[in-house]
Amino acid sequence: MVTNMPNAALQNSPASTIKADIRNFNFFYGDFQALKNVNMSIEEGRVTALIGPSGCGKSTFLRCFNRMHDLYPGNRYEGEIVFHPDNTNLLAADVDPIEVRMRVGMVFQKPNPFPKSIFENVAYGLRVRGESKRSVLEEKVEQALNDAALWNEAKDRLHEPAYNLSGGQQQRLCIARCLATGPEMILFDEPTSALDPIATASIEELIDTLRGKVTILIVTHSMQQAARVSDFTAYMYLGEMIEYGKTDDIFVKPRDKRTEDYITGKFG
Amino acid sequence: MALPDTAAIRAMVQKHKRYDHMFAILGLLCLMVGLLTLLALLVDMGMRGIPRIDWGFFTEFPSRRAANAGILSAWVGSALVMLVTAAAAIPVGIAAGVYLEEYARKNWFTDIIEINISNLAGVPSIVYGLLALGLFVYQFNLGQSILSAGLTLALLILPVIIVATREAIRSIPGEIREGAYALGATKWQAVHDHILPYSTSGILTGVIIGMARAIGETAPIITIGALTFIAFLPPVPGTGEPPAGMFDWLFSPFTVMPIQMFNWTSRPEEAFQVNAAAAGFVLVFMTLAMNGLAIWIRYRLRKNLKW
Repeated sequence: MVTNMPNAALQNSPASTIKADIRNFNFFYGDFQALKNVNMSIEEGRVTALIGPSGCGKSTFLRCFNRMHDLYPGNRYEGEIVFHPDNTNLLAADVDPIEVRMRVGMVFQKPNPFPKSIFENVAYGLRVRGESKRSVLEEKVEQALNDAALWNEAKDRLHEPAYNLSGGQQQRLCIARCLATGPEMILFDEPTSALDPIATASIEELIDTLRGKVTILIVTHSMQQAARVSDFTAYMYLGEMIEYGKTDDIFVKPRDKRTEDYITGKFG
Repeated sequence: MALPDTAAIRAMVQKHKRYDHMFAILGLLCLMVGLLTLLALLVDMGMRGIPRIDWGFFTEFPSRRAANAGILSAWVGSALVMLVTAAAAIPVGIAAGVYLEEYARKNWFTDIIEINISNLAGVPSIVYGLLALGLFVYQFNLGQSILSAGLTLALLILPVIIVATREAIRSIPGEIREGAYALGATKWQAVHDHILPYSTSGILTGVIIGMARAIGETAPIITIGALTFIAFLPPVPGTGEPPAGMFDWLFSPFTVMPIQMFNWTSRPEEAFQVNAAAAGFVLVFMTLAMNGLAIWIRYRLRKNLKW
């Protein structure tokens, strides 16, 4: 079986709080089991990276945290993803997926701003949450753009179409859109794979500044990126969680042969 | 980090979801209004008409006695006119659409053409009838024939097919085009090997809509002078003295299903109303059969296409 390593090492770090507990988690696309018995705990305010070769289930796993799979028929979850401190099982039948998405934000692989103005893009999440006061919106949009390191570039063109921004700026706009709603957790699904190195660096820098403010889960193809941005790393392979631990440990002295092979580039 | 107020979130989601549920119900009702009305019409027409439909109804010419009257000349006429319409409108419409989308330079001139094609789709069909009367019947001297009628209806549905073709082509991602061009394909090769095959189902949808409209059209056909009472059939296509005689059928007088129906409904006797209902039922069935054929073709084409 899997060398799941429920976090003896992790919990030793000072003042660590668990944001989410994944327990006996399985996921099915119809009859196909895409994720097999995943168990892990995600620390609050830290960056956790999911790595592994294509098709290992890391994106599938990520999309379970905001119940994205509910949008398509035939998908099935088993087990629990429990959010703390309120101990809500995100997968429970009586938990509305919309409620989950109110708490968990997501940034996608390709920047996907709406064909609206920069301002309206950031304001939309707030509008969905019932905020309509102009002054509040303006304040929160500015705050979010600031947090996403986009304010200086965007402040004079808030009412221009978001598509006028460059790719990297668009992705930061998507992050701002997400931050504006004050999520407890943000899911990043290979957020830099469509970006050039400079834009990638700016996104990574941004993720670094979010550390401590929000719990981050990031799927990445790039091991260097995982090593640079994450505090914890989980290596997945064929739907299983092979190894999970502090990023420093995983990259310096992986316990599992498969992790080592992947990290050293022998396969994957 | 602030403690999440799950109760508040839950209340808000529930509140917002009320609109979700309301629209779901409203949308279903709207769908029902359209569907049920249509269904009621069909059922009414079917109940009145189906008992009248027998073998003789299809094999008899119209008659002054309702019980003897059939739709032979009408369904044959409709089928032949549709054949001409399809043969004319489909290739011309698709070619025009492809040209506009892939070949034509984008400038004010093509913009004007584009706007006008969309407008043409909204021109009343009687206007097409008048145009055809002047152009096909008198100017080209094609007579009050199947050919004239088929070409008239082809003109009528041309804009629909062009617009559908352009929409279908436009929905193909640019990367596919670039992929073909990067391998050294010419415009024609890209169109023939990629653009057209991938947009076939969208184009076929336009063709179905156009043909379904054409088969029910009455006004332009009456305008060009279709007969309302006809007791003979056009020659079977392909028979006759070759080569010219093979096309005699194109120049034959004719009638079509909607005209036959119109003729019957304008009569006072109840028995003819029943005939009209029966003919209407057959006409709907013909349209459905045509759509079914297109859906089948689309399905066949899609099977070989991983899209």
